Order: sequence, then C-alpha cells, then structure tokens
Amino acid sequence: MDYSKILNKTIQEIKPSGIRKFFDIAAEMDDVISLGVGEPDFQTPWAVRQKAVQVIETKRTVYTANAGLEALRRSVSEYTKKKIGVEYDPVSEIVITVGGSEAIDISIRTLVEPGDEVLIVEPSFVCYSPIVKLSGGIPVPIETKVENNFRLTAEELKNSITEKTKLLILPFPNNPTGAIMEREDLEQIAEVLRGTDIMVISDEIYSELTYGKKHCSIAEIDGMKERTILINGFSKAFAMTGWRLGYACAPNPIAQQIVKLHQYAIMCSPTVSQYAAIEALENCEDEVRKMVDEYNVRRRFVTDSFNKLGLSCFNPEGAFYVFPCIKNTGLTSEEFCEKLLYSKKVAVVPGNAFGDCGEGFIRVSYAYSLNHISEAVSRIGEFLEDIKRN
Amino acid sequence: MDSLLELLKQNARFTNQQLSSMLGISEDDVARKIKEYENKGIIMGYSVILNEELACSNTVTAFIQLKVTPQKDSGFDEVANKIMQYEEVEGVTLMSGAYDLAVTASGADLRTIALFVAQKLSTIEGVVSTSTHFVLKRYKEKGIFINKDVQTDERGMVSP
Repeated sequence: MDYSKILNKTIQEIKPSGIRKFFDIAAEMDDVISLGVGEPDFQTPWAVRQKAVQVIETKRTVYTANAGLEALRRSVSEYTKKKIGVEYDPVSEIVITVGGSEAIDISIRTLVEPGDEVLIVEPSFVCYSPIVKLSGGIPVPIETKVENNFRLTAEELKNSITEKTKLLILPFPNNPTGAIMEREDLEQIAEVLRGTDIMVISDEIYSELTYGKKHCSIAEIDGMKERTILINGFSKAFAMTGWRLGYACAPNPIAQQIVKLHQYAIMCSPTVSQYAAIEALENCEDEVRKMVDEYNVRRRFVTDSFNKLGLSCFNPEGAFYVFPCIKNTGLTSEEFCEKLLYSKKVAVVPGNAFGDCGEGFIRVSYAYSLNHISEAVSRIGEFLEDIKRN
Repeated sequence: MDSLLELLKQNARFTNQQLSSMLGISEDDVARKIKEYENKGIIMGYSVILNEELACSNTVTAFIQLKVTPQKDSGFDEVANKIMQYEEVEGVTLMSGAYDLAVTASGADLRTIALFVAQKLSTIEGVVSTSTHFVLKRYKEKGIFINKDVQTDERGMVSP
C-alpha cells in the first residue's frame, strides 16, 4: 500500500520538529546533563495536587460543560482582570482548553482560511507555522533581532502586512529568547493594527514569569481587546505541564466559534485538572512568587556565565530560557549542539528549531537546580576551550 | 532569609564569583557580606552533608529523648550545657511536648552509645529519664534526598 498517496499532503510536507533529533540522540546516551526542556522543574503546588485527589475521591469525574467548568471560567476571568485589568465574560468569552497548545490550535483554525497570510514572530515556539499550514494559511515569519532585544518593532510589522494578512501571532514573554514586550512596544504595535481587520493571537503562557517588570498584555492597549485572542494556561506559571490545561479569552463572536471546534475535537478539558486549576488560580500566589524568585537567581547566573564564557547573551526578562549567540565559534547551531552533546554530554536546543532567524543561537533552559546548571555551564566552558584549541 | 544565606544553605561551595552572578551584586560585596555574617556569628561554620552509610558504614546514630528537671535560675540551660560537652553528642535541642531535650549522639557501635547513655547522660543531675532511638535508615538530610533515585527528573531530555 502506498501510504504517501493516502496521507494528507500538507501533513506529509510538514517537517518534524528539529528538537526531535536531539531528543532521540540524548535519550540513547547515559549521564547526559540536559538544559533542554521547556517545562518547570518545580512540582505542582501541593494544594493543587491535594485538590485533584479530593476530586477523584468524591467522584467528580464526568464531562464538564464544553467551554469548561463555569467556576473555573469565573476564576480565570477574575485572575485575568487582576493581572492585566481586562475583563472577559466567564460565560461567553472564555474557553478552557487542553493546554495552551489546544488553544493555539483551535484559535488559528477558527480564523484562518486558505490563502490567508499569518504573521508569526520568530524565533518562537514550534507549533504556529504547522497549524497555519494545516488550515491552508501561509505562514509569514517576522524575524526579530537581538539588537532590538528580540522585540517586535512597528516597522517590522508594517513591512510584513499585505492585503492578505489575517492574523498576527505574538508570543511574549518569548520561548526561546526570553524577550518581553513592554507597554510602549505594544502601543506601537497597536497603532499599526487599529483600524485594520488583522487579528492578534497573543500567546502569554509565560506571563507570570517576568523578572523585575510586570507583564503587559496587548489586550490592555486601547482598541486591542476586540481584535485579540489571549491565550494562557497553567503549565508554566503553576508547574502543571502534565495536567494539560490552558484557556483562550476572546470577544464573544470569536469565542463562540472557538468553542465549537473544541466541542467537536475534545468535548471538554480534563475535569480533574479543571477543579485543581481553580485552586491554582485562587490560592497559589505565594508558590508562584517563590518559583519566580528562584528562576530569577538562575537567570542572572546563566546569563552572566555565558557572557563570561564569551558567548554573548542578551539579558532575558521573561520565561525560563537564555538565548546565547554562538556565531563566534564558527559552528552552526546544530553542529554546536550535536558536538556539545557527543563530547560533553550536555543537551541544549539549536536556535534554528524556533525559526530560521534562530540560526547562530542556542536555547538554554534554566528550569533546573543551580547545582545542575553550574555543572552544565562548566562542561560548556570546557567544550569552548576544546573548540579554541582545535 | 537573605537570599545570599539561602544560596549558601543550598550549597556552601558556590564560589563568590558564582554567588555574585546569581545575586547580581559584585564579588567584593559577596565577600564583604559573608565576612559580616561570619563576624556576627550568623554563619557559624561550613559543613558537609554526608551519606553516612557510604562514608562511614559502622557509625551508629541515636536520637535520645531526655526528661529533665529544670534547675532554679538556669532552667534547662545548665543540663544542656553539660551534655553539649561530650564529643559523642552532635546536637542538643530544647523541645516542647512530651520530653525536654533532644540529643543526637553517634558512636562506633550500639554498645558505645548504650554505655554513653547509661553511664554519662542518665547520671547527670536533673536528668529524670532517657529514651534512646537508633537511626535505621536516612531518607532526607538537610533538604537533600539521600537516595538519588527518588529525585530522578522525569522530564524528557529535550522538549520545545
């Protein structure tokens, strides 16, 4: 049977994530020290876990409403209002999804039609472009630059807009660069978008993880709520990756279409996770603050260490990644990562896995203990010495 | 607690250079603050956390609960001061609850500790009774899991 004739052409043409290859190599080796993962090393707060156990014990394990438990949607609404001052109606403007990932998927599919151009700020998380392609859309990368602190500028945005532009995907705080967008930056972006029919998907999954500066959402800016789908979730802020829970907040006419897709694909998000998530939003602020403080210590340490090693490293202000430049080693991102893995058994992710403009950089996660990071950094130091010698 | 102290509690072998990176202050400031803590007696020393079973397999440790008659004027201090002097004793703490002093003692074998309790501790004036509990297995010590397997990172090596 010739499966290539049967399988969907678009899905066949989509390349597997560049990260996969490193995962496979690293998985085969012993004693690898990884700085490669995109999930917190902290445990889900105890109160959240306890709540889940209680929910299971009391047999609240049936489907919820398609859009999610109303109590959770109310919590999300309160939380969003408290954090960014924007109010979403829990009944008609919030959909609880299976992680931020599902929210991204169904939001893109709700908007994009064949031929639509979708502006994707890069480097960024790996899923946007494949999902756009599956909807028949055309991904148009906007490459952010280290000299602009990897922020999107109004100029770059303007230059990428055509009459076919349907949507801008705005992923800040950013994975992999750690860049954030401040209010002034967002005001300028909003200035370009107001008065157009271009929508924004603002992926704010790392919104709790900013250092020294409070997160600002584009939905806060005048005239932007009506053209924004705000995506967030529990994985990063509350160390709840395996619970698979996120949400999309959108103007009513959009949310009502999003919920249809969600209903047919998923039915509803995991019930136990939903109950536990209420606990996270309402009673875990202290735990989140502690995690952020700890990340911040690591962030300073890793950034400073790479700069001292001679790999210039832009000062990240969000998420839990640093994105040092490795161009002065003369290696490509993939060569660097592969050699580092084979010779020193340290796993990091090549920058080009997050878009072509990530070439020349590596993504280093600091979701690890300081002792672990310190050992990895010293191995990377040895690696750089070896390269110089040869 | 000050974040410098938090870090030193995690790992007292972090260098001043590493601590300066972590805290975003100069190395000189790190050195100065540590000196200050040492001078004030806030930092009292630097010790190592051992997996005792691997490091010195024969040592026996016991937690001994003591009931003590408080002395006039000095309360429990005088008895505690006496107990502290013995080299077998690693720690002495005044407790609330069913007994008064908790003593951690270690020795070459069970007999050594038994004799220590019988001949030295229980004969101290003011000590009313002792109850000795031998350590069978350690699971966690100063925040560190002794059995590293318990601490394995279940996350994959690389993920987006």
